[in-house]
Amino acid sequence: MMIDFLTQVSRWAIPFLLFIIPAYAYFKKVNVYEVFVEGAQEGFTTAIRILPYLVGMLVAIGVFRASGAMEYLIKIIYPVTNLLGIPGEVLPLALMRPLSGSGALGITAEMIQTYGPDSFIGRVASTMQGSTDTTFYVLTVYFGSVGIKKFRHAVTVGLAADITSFLASVFICHLVFG
Amino acid sequence: MVNLIWLFLLLTGIIVAGMSGRIEVVTESALHAAQTGVKTAFEIIGVMTLWLGLLKLAEKSGLVKVIAKLVRPIAVILFPSIPKNSPALGAIIMNLSANILGLGNAATPFGLKAMSQLQDMNPNKEEASDAMITFLALNTSCITLIPAMVISLRVTAGSANPVEIVSTTILATTCGTVVAVFLDRFIRKRYYRKKVKR
Repeated sequence: MMIDFLTQVSRWAIPFLLFIIPAYAYFKKVNVYEVFVEGAQEGFTTAIRILPYLVGMLVAIGVFRASGAMEYLIKIIYPVTNLLGIPGEVLPLALMRPLSGSGALGITAEMIQTYGPDSFIGRVASTMQGSTDTTFYVLTVYFGSVGIKKFRHAVTVGLAADITSFLASVFICHLVFG
Repeated sequence: MVNLIWLFLLLTGIIVAGMSGRIEVVTESALHAAQTGVKTAFEIIGVMTLWLGLLKLAEKSGLVKVIAKLVRPIAVILFPSIPKNSPALGAIIMNLSANILGLGNAATPFGLKAMSQLQDMNPNKEEASDAMITFLALNTSCITLIPAMVISLRVTAGSANPVEIVSTTILATTCGTVVAVFLDRFIRKRYYRKKVKR
């Protein structure tokens, strides 16, 4: 019921915005088309400005993923996470999630297929995938777009949130699904 | 820190590939990733253009200010450094709402706009401001009400109850957001205390 409602909200949100923003502007006597074009002009330059940051980050992540370094990293942290009751199968997803959105989605899809959507691992993977964002992508693109070079504690905070959501996913699934 | 992480990813990748006798994957994946970066940037030009045009309309008509006013009580607590009625608040709210509703590609233009408005009031143009860090803490740990992608994966795999993970997702993401907001506060306070001592 709640889900149906929320799905409808998602479905209607963009048409609603496309309707209400120009209509409100017209009502406020703004030259709607001219002002739209004026703002739209920044679109191209903004997209191009983030390009070098995207390429830089994607290359490092791409090489890391392709090399198989991930498996070694998992071997190192497995003993610790195992003690905490975290299934080793979900570690690749936890490591991939902050780095690559498409990579994480791929792993989630594979895990849901392999272990089944209603298995414990399938549920943890589903929860994990939805509960955080691609931290590195967001940080490099957002800071890059305005030329910020020193991120201060943004990386620490972002990663702490990822780790928390990851641990919470496992813990909450234990509680809810047993 | 981002310098170190970037270097770590790249160098570890090359060393591991070299030691396992598959050095050629480095060349392959580096060139492929570079192309993906360009493709991604070009693919968002259209969406970016559309939403930045609409955002300008929302700004000129005063709609952004109306939104900023609505969320002022929360914004004052989360973003003490942003002046009241600043258009940046409006853009931040629109970005977070787009994220929450799962409108991924509308979120980025709003977010980049918010960043450029935050940058305008940032005294040190090379260093992230307090408000930027708080904004990104909220953004990256953000709540998604409908993890639409995951639900569709579960439907495809024949789940008996594809949406059962919505509640667990919201709970897990809330934990992450709470930790992000408090940790940001904590580190920021320590940062200024150190600065004063110097």
